[in-house]
Amino acid sequence: MTALNVAPTDPVVMRAPPIERIGILRWLHKNLFNNWINTLITTALMVLLVILVPPLISWAFINSVWNSTDPQACVEAGGACWAVIAEKHRVMLFGFYPYAEQWRPFLAVVIYLGVLVITALPVFWNWRILLPLWVFGIITIITLMLGGVFGLPVIETAQWGGLPLTMIVFSGQVSVGMPLAVLLALGRRSEKLPILKTICIVVIETMRAIPPVTVLLIAAVIFPIFLPTGFDIDKMVRIVLALGFYFACLQAEVIRGGLQAVPVSQLEAGKSIGLSAWQINWLIVLPQAIRIVIPGLMNHIIQAFKNSTLVIIVGLFDILNATSASVADPQWISYFTEAYLFVALVYFSGAYSLSKYSKYLEKKFKVVSHQ
Amino acid sequence: MRTISFAAVLAVTLTTIVPPIAMSADGDSLKTIQARGDLICGADGKRPGFSAPNSEGVWQGFDVDFCRAVAAAVLGDADKVKYIALSPAQRFPSLQSGEIDMLSRVTTLTLTRAVTLGINFAPVNFYSGTKIMVHKALNVDSALDLNGASMCIPPGSSQERAIADFFRRHNMEYNSVVIDNIKELGDAYLQNRCDGMASFEPGLALTRLRAGQTDDHVILPEDIEKEPLAPAIRGGDDQFFNIVTWVVYATFEAEEWGIDSTNVDDMLKSDNPKIQRFLGVSGDLGEKLGLSNDWAYQIVKQVGNYAEIFENNIGANAPLKLERGLNELWLNGGLHYPPPFQ
Repeated sequence: MTALNVAPTDPVVMRAPPIERIGILRWLHKNLFNNWINTLITTALMVLLVILVPPLISWAFINSVWNSTDPQACVEAGGACWAVIAEKHRVMLFGFYPYAEQWRPFLAVVIYLGVLVITALPVFWNWRILLPLWVFGIITIITLMLGGVFGLPVIETAQWGGLPLTMIVFSGQVSVGMPLAVLLALGRRSEKLPILKTICIVVIETMRAIPPVTVLLIAAVIFPIFLPTGFDIDKMVRIVLALGFYFACLQAEVIRGGLQAVPVSQLEAGKSIGLSAWQINWLIVLPQAIRIVIPGLMNHIIQAFKNSTLVIIVGLFDILNATSASVADPQWISYFTEAYLFVALVYFSGAYSLSKYSKYLEKKFKVVSHQ
Repeated sequence: MRTISFAAVLAVTLTTIVPPIAMSADGDSLKTIQARGDLICGADGKRPGFSAPNSEGVWQGFDVDFCRAVAAAVLGDADKVKYIALSPAQRFPSLQSGEIDMLSRVTTLTLTRAVTLGINFAPVNFYSGTKIMVHKALNVDSALDLNGASMCIPPGSSQERAIADFFRRHNMEYNSVVIDNIKELGDAYLQNRCDGMASFEPGLALTRLRAGQTDDHVILPEDIEKEPLAPAIRGGDDQFFNIVTWVVYATFEAEEWGIDSTNVDDMLKSDNPKIQRFLGVSGDLGEKLGLSNDWAYQIVKQVGNYAEIFENNIGANAPLKLERGLNELWLNGGLHYPPPFQ
């Protein structure tokens, strides 16, 4: 009689798994060659890489010129002319801001980034730190850029350009837009004020139906015609306000989504302890709503960052436009690709940081995720 | 997030407190400019050879030099110019509203613009035109030899019609390759997709420049369409209109008498009464314009005569290497013909 559960008498020899089941081979097999379609795609892409990468490397690194004040060196090398960035960086970064005064926008950008980083860190989320910081930051930046005091020559906004302009247009529209978006979203949800509600709906839907370029053209070209003679609002202010308003209308809908996701019981709980409508919104509904829609909000903020290049249409020289002006120098005109790649890098760092920060905020507030 | 919003509100409040640009829509432009101490000139800002910043951010180019010439005449200092970069859509509103004193931005003079916009055009300072550029390998030196050629043309443009008319008028056939974007149009031509490319002449020169080897392409001499470019000022100010007009003429006149920025000081000693009057050694031509009598001297000394302006920015001494062509003086078969300075 054989026992059903007989322990083996010989010790089991542990054998190594088949070679294609471990390490890199397993990964390759599982992810890249697990069926014939994927095998085909992988092979095709590899062939493509083999064709594309070597010329790219030789263009970008081997035949490239990194440092030269003479475009002739680039003509001879035949590869990428990164020297154009070194040669033209002042115009690219600061546009037509007077050359001798360009330390001012440089300092302004440094202060701006500093203020932004401090504001982003939760350690500093405190009125007593952030309020004075922003007041200081904004006043310093405007004073630096505009001048007219402390012996700084006045530099009109028409001459501002480059990175500081991009930064002002971007932060300006977000700063104008965010509070307005909250108000519009609340207005659109309001039950007790039907007229306000209608106005909010009309404004939001109209603005959402218009392309941003139209908004810019109206602000830059059409609006001044309606102003009384001799009275003018600075073009840059007009444009920042218009873009901010546009941003607000898009953002209001995101926030409305958040507001609707807050359970009614939360409102009722607020009412039951005798809070006013504003208190309920400000203390209970909004904090929860905003947390829910952080990814959506950030999406629009990143878009606002990239949309800031639209000011080219109305002749402002943001970093992109300043770059195309800088490579309009006939000596360097062949090397616009390198210059634009540099600008792409600037935009990528900005947008990527924003998106990483959004991820971080999401985690921090432990927003319920769909995954 | 609450903190951010509040800071945001604050940011808005503070950024809006920016003083508006001083306006001078009506009244005497000359007085305004002299009181201000600067000429505000509208230009393109990214037009190679015409107006673009150099590596130090200093504006340079053909259009820029005419702003500088007016500043030299009016303020005695060619560097006292503030430039405003303008898009095509903005240039006329900007001039009409008084944001700029003078528009010098590759602007074609047409009847409609001259009549309906409330602006005045100074004399044409650059006779440009739609021309055809071909690969040198074709061995063609006249547009009349282009029968059967394929042409890269921007669509829906006056150029497209002008090319069609030109070929029909001369009983020639052509195949058009129509591409919207001027850069892609140039690329298509450079990659040999067409035998020739038709565009505004400086645009052709630019494409040629971008290719690196300027000798491989020939711009054919025939003008397919006229594009006379001229500076413009706001209407209603005859004095300033006269000033800008005669500043343009002065650059021609200086070339006609062989006066340039290097020899102008010697020319002050010339015993030719015409040169003496022109440079303000005798007579009162400047005063008649409301300027100082050495206005023309300042233009030539600080900016140069027309030949210098042309050759240094877009001609032989510049990368664009445009031919003078119609922009020669009348003495050399061109169209620039300054009326007498007397």
